[in-house]
Amino acid sequence: MTVEKLPLSKAITRALRYEMVSNPKVVVLGEDVGKLGGVFRVTDGLQAEFGPKRVMDSPLGEAGIIGTSIGMAMRGYRPVPEIQFDGFVFPSFNQITSQLSKIYSRTAGQYQVPVTIRLPYGGAVGSPEHHSDSPEAYFAHTPGLRVLTPSSAHDAYWMLRKSIEHPDPVIFLEPKRRYWAKGDVDFSDESYDPFKAAVLREGSDLTLVTYGPLVPVALAAAEAAVEDGHDLEVIDLRSISPMDTETVAASVEKTGRLVIAQEAPSFVSVGSELAAAIAERCFFSLEAPVLRVGGFHMPYPVPRAEKEYVPGIDRILEAVDRSFTY
Amino acid sequence: MSTQVGADHSAAENPFGIPPRIQLMNEAGEVSQHEIFSSYLEDVDGEVLKKLFRQMMVTRRVDDEATSLQRQGEMALWASCRGQEAAQVGSGFAYAPNDYIFPSYREHALAHTRGVDFGELLQVFRGSATLGWDAKKHNFHAYTLVLAAQVPHAVGYAMGLNFDADIEEQTGVPQTGQGQVTDPSKDGARPAVAVYFGDGSSTEGEVHESMVFAASYNAPVLFFVQNNQWAISVPFSTQSRVPVSTRAAGYGFEGLRVDGNDVLAVIAATRYALEKIRAGEGPVLIEAETYRLNAHTTADDPSRYQAPEMLEAAQAKDPVVRLEKYLRQQGLADDDFFESVKAEAEQTARQTRASLLASEPRDLDELMGAVYAEPHLQVETDRAFFREYMDGFED
Repeated sequence: MTVEKLPLSKAITRALRYEMVSNPKVVVLGEDVGKLGGVFRVTDGLQAEFGPKRVMDSPLGEAGIIGTSIGMAMRGYRPVPEIQFDGFVFPSFNQITSQLSKIYSRTAGQYQVPVTIRLPYGGAVGSPEHHSDSPEAYFAHTPGLRVLTPSSAHDAYWMLRKSIEHPDPVIFLEPKRRYWAKGDVDFSDESYDPFKAAVLREGSDLTLVTYGPLVPVALAAAEAAVEDGHDLEVIDLRSISPMDTETVAASVEKTGRLVIAQEAPSFVSVGSELAAAIAERCFFSLEAPVLRVGGFHMPYPVPRAEKEYVPGIDRILEAVDRSFTY
Repeated sequence: MSTQVGADHSAAENPFGIPPRIQLMNEAGEVSQHEIFSSYLEDVDGEVLKKLFRQMMVTRRVDDEATSLQRQGEMALWASCRGQEAAQVGSGFAYAPNDYIFPSYREHALAHTRGVDFGELLQVFRGSATLGWDAKKHNFHAYTLVLAAQVPHAVGYAMGLNFDADIEEQTGVPQTGQGQVTDPSKDGARPAVAVYFGDGSSTEGEVHESMVFAASYNAPVLFFVQNNQWAISVPFSTQSRVPVSTRAAGYGFEGLRVDGNDVLAVIAATRYALEKIRAGEGPVLIEAETYRLNAHTTADDPSRYQAPEMLEAAQAKDPVVRLEKYLRQQGLADDDFFESVKAEAEQTARQTRASLLASEPRDLDELMGAVYAEPHLQVETDRAFFREYMDGFED
């Protein structure tokens, strides 16, 4: 039996467990990841199985968590630190962007730093300030880092395994509103490539690209568009850095239209980069300007106001309609 | 629970528990006995001290050469370590080859004790490389220019050494990290980590978090603070009301305060600290009180903030002068020795200059190829563009 139905969070737990069993140098650390199993219970049971030396309840200090992870990696370990929430990653920003990302190039390849930072992100879960942010663009902008985000249990399992086994540092963004979404995990998919975008729905009229938390929203929007006679192709970007612009360009050359949906503010975002890349690559194939649907240029709002802020099916369809008016 | 060596716990006289200052050789070159620390110097004879003096003098001569190279436009910047040679050479003498050292960016004398070639060392300041030497061969890490960012790395590395010990116990297989130099037959003792930073860096938040983590995980790490009294233009009094070593007690480990211009005190304190660390008795903090005799870097102008009398007073405590006094007074070295050291320093400076001038950066295409350990689509796209663009200039 190589296929099993699991919630996304449990698929991550299974990936962590697999890596810890197969490599004694994989260690987990973070705030509350031990006895409690993490605030989202993603590391549940790992400390009981592997002991407190390999699953460490760290002191409160994000710069310390990432900084010590870098040192462990230099000594031959593969740390998987957890930062509890998206908005709490910034105290470790210096360690991630000026250190983790640059140790390999600074040392001219003498040291690899295979650190996988697990970071729950995204909104629409009714949380207070700093618990609903989408910081992916900061990290994608930094050379030396890889940035991945799964949207399904299968992707979560394989992306995390491949991240931990990878020699480069990875920012692993976990869409928290997808934690409880169940999906089939095929444990035999060894050749999984985490850096490729996935075409989740084939269509001929317009390409809709998204990633992480908005993937099911985009798929639902594509179903709704059928009623208007539009056949949408839906792509899950999956890897933000590197960004698989090839798969997106191939799709846009076919459909002639592109809408990009993300939770993060559109201004200077992943969507901005993809829009620019596709405008450059597919200028003669485009029937309409590339459109972005995203957060507004404002701090993530209080949860009672988030419903209108987070892009939903209607906001995506509005952009789709606008594209077709050209 | 660690003990404070010779700490004065009299609350009335020393309410913050400032560690007593350890000095074994005074400014006149006279040596005194200490009930604990003198015992760490039994093998430190005239020959050893002559070797350390040579290392200090050679570094100082190369330091001056580097300033000239910068003035001549051959280096982007230079951060002199003049005045801090005893703190660096003394502590450097105490380490085993398999101890791993994380420097800041002013640890040139320390690098010399680890066998790093000065020509390779200066590449960072020439601007031809971010790391010019083999960090794993010397167990001496790249210079880190973001203040204190290397401190948590040292703690994590030390935590890794603890994990290594567990794995070795379970499997009997020696752990060698990413291929760092190790020679258990020579080193014998359990390896330790040392991290160097200054009084300026000591106020960075990462130092605080590092000390918390080091204490919580009993990491075999030595925090070696060279208090050279200045953070560019800002005096130590702005960083702290008490010596940095006082802070260690707040984290639950030992802090030692030494005369950083006294090479004997530095050797003894570092050996004492390493003995504790190797015995698994957790981190130790050493504060070596010294003085930055040169500008912060070649881009700095101390006349804007440093009273001339302060510099004069510090020059009277020059660590190199002090050790020379001692060697002469004890009859351990004569004029011939000092002449030979001078000649060696001149030769090293010449070699360093020649080696540095030959140092050029790898080409940009190669640098792009070293951003990630495995190919990355956006880097490869940029590289392809760059190659084609450059090819356009060729006939």
